[in-house]
Amino acid sequence: MRTLWLALAGVFACVGTALAQTGDCTEAAALVHADAGLSRAAAAIASRHELKVLVSGSASSILAGPGGTRAAYPVTLQSALSKRLPGVAVSVVNTAKPRQTAAEMLATFGQVLAEQKPDLVIWQTGTVDAMRAIDVDQFRAALEKGVDQLRAGGADVMLMNMQYSPRTESMIAADTYAEIMRGVALREEIPIFDRLAVMKAWNDEGTFDLSTTTKNSEMAEQVHVCIGRLLADLVVEAVDFAKEAKQGK
Amino acid sequence: MDQPRSALTQSADAAAPPLRDGAHGASAAVAAKRDVRLDLFRGLALWLIFLDHIPSNAVSWVTIRNYGFSDATEIFVFISGYTAAFVYGRAMHERGFVLATARVLRRAWQIYAAHIFLFMIYMAEIAYVAGSFDNPLYAEEMGILDFLKQPDVTLVQALLLKFKPAGMDILPLYIILLVGFPPLLWLLQRLPVVALAASVTLYALSWQFDWNMPAYPSGEWVFNPFAWQLIFVFGAWCALGGSERLAPLVRSPATQGLAVAYLLFAFLITLTWYFPRYGHYVPRWLADFMYPIDKMNLDPLRFAHFLALAVLTVRFIPRDWPPLKSELLRPLVLCGQHSLEIFCLGVFLAFAGHFFLVEVSDRLTAQVLVSALGIAAMIATAWLLSWYKRAEGRASGSGPKQPDADLAGGEA
Repeated sequence: MRTLWLALAGVFACVGTALAQTGDCTEAAALVHADAGLSRAAAAIASRHELKVLVSGSASSILAGPGGTRAAYPVTLQSALSKRLPGVAVSVVNTAKPRQTAAEMLATFGQVLAEQKPDLVIWQTGTVDAMRAIDVDQFRAALEKGVDQLRAGGADVMLMNMQYSPRTESMIAADTYAEIMRGVALREEIPIFDRLAVMKAWNDEGTFDLSTTTKNSEMAEQVHVCIGRLLADLVVEAVDFAKEAKQGK
Repeated sequence: MDQPRSALTQSADAAAPPLRDGAHGASAAVAAKRDVRLDLFRGLALWLIFLDHIPSNAVSWVTIRNYGFSDATEIFVFISGYTAAFVYGRAMHERGFVLATARVLRRAWQIYAAHIFLFMIYMAEIAYVAGSFDNPLYAEEMGILDFLKQPDVTLVQALLLKFKPAGMDILPLYIILLVGFPPLLWLLQRLPVVALAASVTLYALSWQFDWNMPAYPSGEWVFNPFAWQLIFVFGAWCALGGSERLAPLVRSPATQGLAVAYLLFAFLITLTWYFPRYGHYVPRWLADFMYPIDKMNLDPLRFAHFLALAVLTVRFIPRDWPPLKSELLRPLVLCGQHSLEIFCLGVFLAFAGHFFLVEVSDRLTAQVLVSALGIAAMIATAWLLSWYKRAEGRASGSGPKQPDADLAGGEA
């Protein structure tokens, strides 16, 4: 019986991997849409033909292992954005560090703003807060303060929540913290990349088998490529959103 | 007409410390008969908690948390308060304060042991995951397993009820509520209004001054006992005559209308959570007023939602509602009668179910299968426990059994 289950699991895993290799990860595209604009990014593109993006995040914005950063989603984001925005000099700087809570990232914003002067900050957070069970009010307060500070420093902000991780799902209360991030994005009228929902959709659709125990980094890299592409779509959509809003006025 | 009568009842209660001698004797006799509705709805709450505890379970769409502000936790805590007052109130009345206190504490100890048992199961699952899972995509998430590296700290924090894995927060709340219960019960039997007022005051103070219990590694209790005691004490108050006092209010058409309106309002608001594009129909001032709806501190919106549900439930399901005796509802009632065992089983089954979904298949059919099998296991266990209890009762030949602390109107 056990062998049968294992065999079945094996079949599922193979099918999952096969799909991952052929799929173009657009199954979840419907979950990525801009409900708010990026007006400063739009202005930078229009006036300076330049877009400086900064990714502030934790370990899930970096891939583990040697050379991981080179395969992480910010790299794809840069190439995809350059392709989508011809004639615009796109730069993506990744300042992600492992084990950082929202409050700890917040503390670095002053320096980062001064040094990098980004037009757009993609703030990936929530995972470490959920793992450490940070007080939800403190988490919300850190998010709101961070968004205010980044805006005051002249940058647009886009939030990105946590990865969908089926194996640790019963141990990390990701949903609670993801919900808070969606709420903050709605109230502050900033776009959010709902990575949790997107990756869950991939898992449900069979695009990626996210519960596989592989030690191989191949799937991880593909997931990051897909995230980078969809993220670029969202940035472009939010820039267009801001342009339309401006024309509307 | 109603006003003077309820005032009279109140003063009669206050003036008669040996509870329910005299004028209240009749209602005590009625209360002594088990109110099957309590078992029924606690059983239902246990099923819903089980379904909600399986992560990414499509079947949990049927649970009430998706259709309003409150969820099964409110039902569970309210009924627990109700039955605790019912069972230990009688013990305190008949055997005195000290013995009743001892019984309450023994119960709290049982729940503590059950909680630690569940924690062991959780540790076993975690340790397994830590040993088998090494996907580079989740290097960060695997950090949750770091506490395995320092069991000295983790285990002590768990024994102190400060380290509580996700989804294991209700029993610690229940333990704290029971430990504080004896003096409260004493007061409830003498000055019920004062006891209820004290509870509301504590609730208000906890909101005002952010009182909560500390948790490990950071943060505070997911169910703040200082806030959640309100619904437990309210349940206890209802059990000791409060529900009779509230009856005219509950039956009034105005209250009924208000309850329906509020449930409808909550339903529409929850819809906007699942269909964010309708979120723009919620006016800004209303959103600012409502959000965040604070589960940790039993948000008044949640409490009100529970009250509205309760008002309509009491109205449409009377104590002698015929289907309560039907075989169809018997599984729910059985589960509700063995709430501690079935609750623990539910938490374990949720772990096991999640394990199955991750290891074998997480397709929709697997989710439905896991949910159905889990509930079947809960029913079978409850049935077995009832059978055992009956068989033991017969074997000891002790005649008509006294309603004991573990099984009178369900467990406390």
